[in-house]
Amino acid sequence: MTSPTRSHRAETSRALLAPGQTLASVTRQISDLPLERPHSRFWWIGFLAAFAGVMVLLASLSWVLIRGVGVWGINMPVAWGFAIVNFVWWIGIGHAGTFISAILLLLHQQWRTSINRFTEAMTLFAVACAGIFPLMHLGRPQFFYWLLPYPDTMGLWPQFRSPLVWDVFAVSTYATVSLIFWYVGLLPDLATLRDRAQTTVRRRAYGLLSLGWRGSGTHWTHYSKLYVLLAGLAAPLVVSVHSIVGLDFAIAILPGWHSTLFPPYFVGGAIFSGFAMVLTLVIPLRAVYRLQAMITARHLDLMAKVMMAMGWIVAYGYFCEFFTAWRSGVIFDRYVAVNRVIGPYAGYFWALMACNVVAPQFLWSARLRRNTAVLFTVALLVNVGMWIERFIIVITSLHRDFLPSSWGMYHATFWDYSTLFGTIGLFAALLFLFIRFLPAISMTEMRAMVAAQKGEP
Amino acid sequence: MNRDAYGTMAAFASEEAFLGALRSLRDAGYRRVDTFTPYAVEEAERLLPPVRTPIPWIMLAAGILGGGGAFFMQWYACRDYPLNVGGKPLDSWPAFVPVTFELTVLSAALAGVAGFLWLAGFPRLDHPAFSDGRFRRASQDRFFVCIRSDDPRYSRESARDAFRATEPESVEEVPA
Repeated sequence: MTSPTRSHRAETSRALLAPGQTLASVTRQISDLPLERPHSRFWWIGFLAAFAGVMVLLASLSWVLIRGVGVWGINMPVAWGFAIVNFVWWIGIGHAGTFISAILLLLHQQWRTSINRFTEAMTLFAVACAGIFPLMHLGRPQFFYWLLPYPDTMGLWPQFRSPLVWDVFAVSTYATVSLIFWYVGLLPDLATLRDRAQTTVRRRAYGLLSLGWRGSGTHWTHYSKLYVLLAGLAAPLVVSVHSIVGLDFAIAILPGWHSTLFPPYFVGGAIFSGFAMVLTLVIPLRAVYRLQAMITARHLDLMAKVMMAMGWIVAYGYFCEFFTAWRSGVIFDRYVAVNRVIGPYAGYFWALMACNVVAPQFLWSARLRRNTAVLFTVALLVNVGMWIERFIIVITSLHRDFLPSSWGMYHATFWDYSTLFGTIGLFAALLFLFIRFLPAISMTEMRAMVAAQKGEP
Repeated sequence: MNRDAYGTMAAFASEEAFLGALRSLRDAGYRRVDTFTPYAVEEAERLLPPVRTPIPWIMLAAGILGGGGAFFMQWYACRDYPLNVGGKPLDSWPAFVPVTFELTVLSAALAGVAGFLWLAGFPRLDHPAFSDGRFRRASQDRFFVCIRSDDPRYSRESARDAFRATEPESVEEVPA
């Protein structure tokens, strides 16, 4: 290795980890979160609030199961409604986790190290929330297995030429592979928790989960190979999932949906919203649990930059939608574009522009990027903006299509909102449980980083 | 050979001391040496007899099988239950690409994990190394080297001697 790269690497890792950290100190700081459980008042208040959300979700889902999907605002012509908006929104949020843990690992971006575990957990929980919506939207969720190829006595098969069936495979594969990737990454850390636990119950629980990890040379050889290969599989997977979600729309002939732009535009939007959610969660987390030594200002700065870059890709997508609508010369496509800007849902469109195009531009300023309050606000606005984007895509395209006689309006009901907020509660509750019981930062990777830092001149 | 003992294990406080010990054990001719470290130490792999990992091949084979199977399933499904959609041919293969890709990834990932569990011998909750009280720190901040008793050069005394020059924190015999 030549000396300039060496000193450069030393500099980056210094900025990514506060000075004076040792193997023992990073291990202690991270494992104390699940073992010593500090800040229990913050945790209990937060968890109980989130748990109330879970109860709201259960009540809403029960009501949907009792009365049917008619309790939502869906009807003709808008049959997709909040369920699909929320599904796409949640699935998109998950993408940043895989992006950070897989793609940045393959690109040797060291700054992913202290945030990858947390974002992978975020991915899993977001996918869990996402999965609820299409399942309930089926109307008869007890027949979900009709979507799978199983030996049916009537000789039926799923329609493999339909993107909605691709979606089933994409989302279930994504959930499974994310879970595997997360658990494999956790194994050595679970062993650390087993070895540091003070009570028998915890020692046994973590011991069982760690499968007997000893950190032997053979373990590490197989483990490292498996981990990098899983990352290699997850990297194209993350691109495929939201592309397929995009195809759910693009393969329909509806004006506003039928566009080759959708797959890449959806992937860009997914990573944009995912980074916004990571920032929304990490900023309070590092403040409450005092993790500034490991999740440094530089991490926030880099994430803000990625978010801004993704924001421009999304903004380019908005521009392209209008450009192709105009350039196609198709009256229906042109009408959808105009209807979005000045039609009955124009308020949503302008809110979208404010949240997703205008708000991220504040991050050009390094001073504002370093101000966590500003960064948090921008991230929050982007989360809202990305939800609005999906609302516009789903609702405005459906509510006025080819035939004016079949136009209609969509009005969300109380149960639409309660299901949405319920899933936010579920997401938060799962995250609270995660930081309570599992290490939120990878101790193994932090130790390797400490060692690499010590090796530098 | 000593059948009563799993081996003799020494703990080191730093990666440098640990690598130094591995070098001296290699020079002394010990071949059956286990290491236990809190993170993957690449240098150590070079000082030990190489461990070949077949995980890439397992994952490749599973991926090919899963992907091929998925493609065949879709092709077969469209013949077994023909549906004419927009006059498109029944074996419209571009439409089969997404599911083929997803099942390739799923099969490779599941096989990779299964292969890893098999190769690493997991789950195995008990192991002689755990009998050493200090071993808890192998997952935190200490580096352990164990000369196994099935090494032809192993004897309790020779193993102790071999570690003496390497400045270990502790040397313990590990009962089998």
